[in-house]
Amino acid sequence: MDQKKTTNIILFSGDYDKAMAAYIIANGAAAYDHEVTIFHTFWGLNALRKNNPPTVKKNFLEKAFAKMMPRGADKMSLSNMNMAGMGPKMIKKVMKKHNAMTMPQLIEMAQEQEINLVACTMTMDLLGLQKEELLEDVTYAGVVAYLADAEDGNVNLFI
Amino acid sequence: MKADKVLNAKGLACPMPIVKTRKEMKEMEAGEILEIQATDKGAKADLTAWANSGGHTLLDHEEADDVFTFWIKKG
Repeated sequence: MDQKKTTNIILFSGDYDKAMAAYIIANGAAAYDHEVTIFHTFWGLNALRKNNPPTVKKNFLEKAFAKMMPRGADKMSLSNMNMAGMGPKMIKKVMKKHNAMTMPQLIEMAQEQEINLVACTMTMDLLGLQKEELLEDVTYAGVVAYLADAEDGNVNLFI
Repeated sequence: MKADKVLNAKGLACPMPIVKTRKEMKEMEAGEILEIQATDKGAKADLTAWANSGGHTLLDHEEADDVFTFWIKKG
């Protein structure tokens, strides 16, 4: 059989709705028998943050970043109609009604489907995020690792 | 149509019907038929594309009371 097709998604955004789109496409692609990689960079890294991370040493700025950014996908805000946190509450209610998967469920499904979740180490440094604060089974890489995956890829998305 | 296995994907939203279909199909033998019941309105386009790409055959489908039923033969 010929080689598997691949889907490579860069998740740059830290918005709940955009992350949801990325993870739905990723899970669909995996079910479509693609090898799938989601490369998390900048605000997209927040999707991989643990709910209860162990205490790690951070400087003043890093502490401020850690506090201001959403800790995990479930705490992200919406790119539109966020309305100081009312938006996410409303959309989660609607999602429940329509049986749509939540972000935590989509991430779990992604791991179950062996989607390659990659964290960009350079932006981790910028935002002061450490490996201990991110989910298990995340791989760590830089731009060339992404390019190596994507250059022969079939679907390439930047979200 | 007689199916070897039935998958109830009713009420599930995209992309779950496809994810579940793939899971079921993996455990089946070539030539066996899977019946899928779904309510997601995108399921027809999705399952057709999925079956084509994976070398399976969408034998038939029908719609009744907002439930879409598909029969896919494993390739």
